[in-house]
Amino acid sequence: MGSEDVKVLCFWASPFSIRVEWALKLKGVDYEYIEQDVFNKSTLLLELNPIHKKVPVLVHASKPILESFVILEYIDETWKQHPLLPQDPYQRAHDRFWANFAENKLLYASFIAMVATGDDTEKALNVARDSVEKIEQEIKGKKFFGGDNIGYLDIALGWISYWIPVYEEVGSMQILDPLRFPAINAWMTNFLNHPVIKDRLPPRDDMVAYFHTRKKIVSPTYHDLMKYL
Amino acid sequence: MTEKKNSNGEVKLLGAWPSPFVIRARIALNIKSVEYDFIEETFGKRSQLLLKSNPVNKQIPVLIHGHKCIAESMIIVQYIHEAWSSSGPPILPSLPYDRAIARFWLTYIDDKWFPPLKSIVLGLDTEPIEEKLEKVREGLVLLEDAFNKISKGKDFFGGNQIGYLDIGFGSFLAWLKTVEVTEGVSLVHETTTPGLAKWLQKFCAHDAVKDVLPPIDKLIAFSKMLRANVDLVINPK
Repeated sequence: MGSEDVKVLCFWASPFSIRVEWALKLKGVDYEYIEQDVFNKSTLLLELNPIHKKVPVLVHASKPILESFVILEYIDETWKQHPLLPQDPYQRAHDRFWANFAENKLLYASFIAMVATGDDTEKALNVARDSVEKIEQEIKGKKFFGGDNIGYLDIALGWISYWIPVYEEVGSMQILDPLRFPAINAWMTNFLNHPVIKDRLPPRDDMVAYFHTRKKIVSPTYHDLMKYL
Repeated sequence: MTEKKNSNGEVKLLGAWPSPFVIRARIALNIKSVEYDFIEETFGKRSQLLLKSNPVNKQIPVLIHGHKCIAESMIIVQYIHEAWSSSGPPILPSLPYDRAIARFWLTYIDDKWFPPLKSIVLGLDTEPIEEKLEKVREGLVLLEDAFNKISKGKDFFGGNQIGYLDIGFGSFLAWLKTVEVTEGVSLVHETTTPGLAKWLQKFCAHDAVKDVLPPIDKLIAFSKMLRANVDLVINPK
């Protein structure tokens, strides 16, 4: 299958589009990377994702697939090498549950903590830290969520290892306390050192600069985000 | 299809009769002819069994299969499809692309379409009701188009059988009807959404569905109670 068959519309600082790249690279699937300016959306993006107008979009044999977790499952079902989800139905349900959990609880809470002020920061930090505590129990005693190898849940949660430390720096706050969460911190090191992952991370300085700008822009209206906590 | 007696107690479902999310799990179990004990939770309170079987987000539905606890409605539906793969018709489409389409529409329904409907049911004053109804209607136009493309002239989103997307969307039909009655509006109608109107009739009459969709008069009474207790809905004990 040539690279012209698979395209991915991405944004360099998006924790969502990078998941798709990690999955494809783990499976050794070639793809064409198409950078999108999410603040000035292209006709291509609007055509392929008219409802949400968001990245990532995977285009395979001219058909668009949307929503990062939906894309991950599609990738796993289409390319069978290096399976991402486990075989057992209960283990699959477990992975899907924790991917959703981190997305709904930790992702919003950590971003909100970065852009909020005063008591609201504390509120968001508490939600974030409670979520991390729960995830810590799931990774205890394991190298990866997938066991000895990176799997679906590692990819779904991988953003934690790289985006949260950036949020922590930009927001002058701490979420992933290594004393309180040793297992998750060990996993982060393992994940970021994996050859496929470390080869595909956005430059840290650029990320910090980008999120500083986002914080300045979003902070005045952060109250709109509090409902997601 | 009436409740089957679960002689060895192997499968239990924690839920509540009005919840569309619980209805999803029940339809899926019915499609696979799985016997299960339905354990009703009391509104506004969380039982010990619920707290033990879903300590992370403490929400129904929870499927208990032997010692395994599975939470989140569409995750439960996928589990049922996989765990009872040799019993009854499949729930997910067979092709990866068709699955991706079904899953995409489910996230749209849950994340974008249902919230304004829920807001109407709960009587929240976040925005004028007309605006919320408009959002629901706009969503139904998209879903009508999706139905026509996906069903390819057959009865259901899943083709000849009800499937993942039928279950995910159909689980909201009783609430949709309740809003039509209480607000005096028409949302799904043969003139505006002919495909969905036909689909709705067939779906609600389906053997796996007809006994688990709550009667509208019961739901109307329940919604009055919900509105009087909105804080319990948002912050259950």
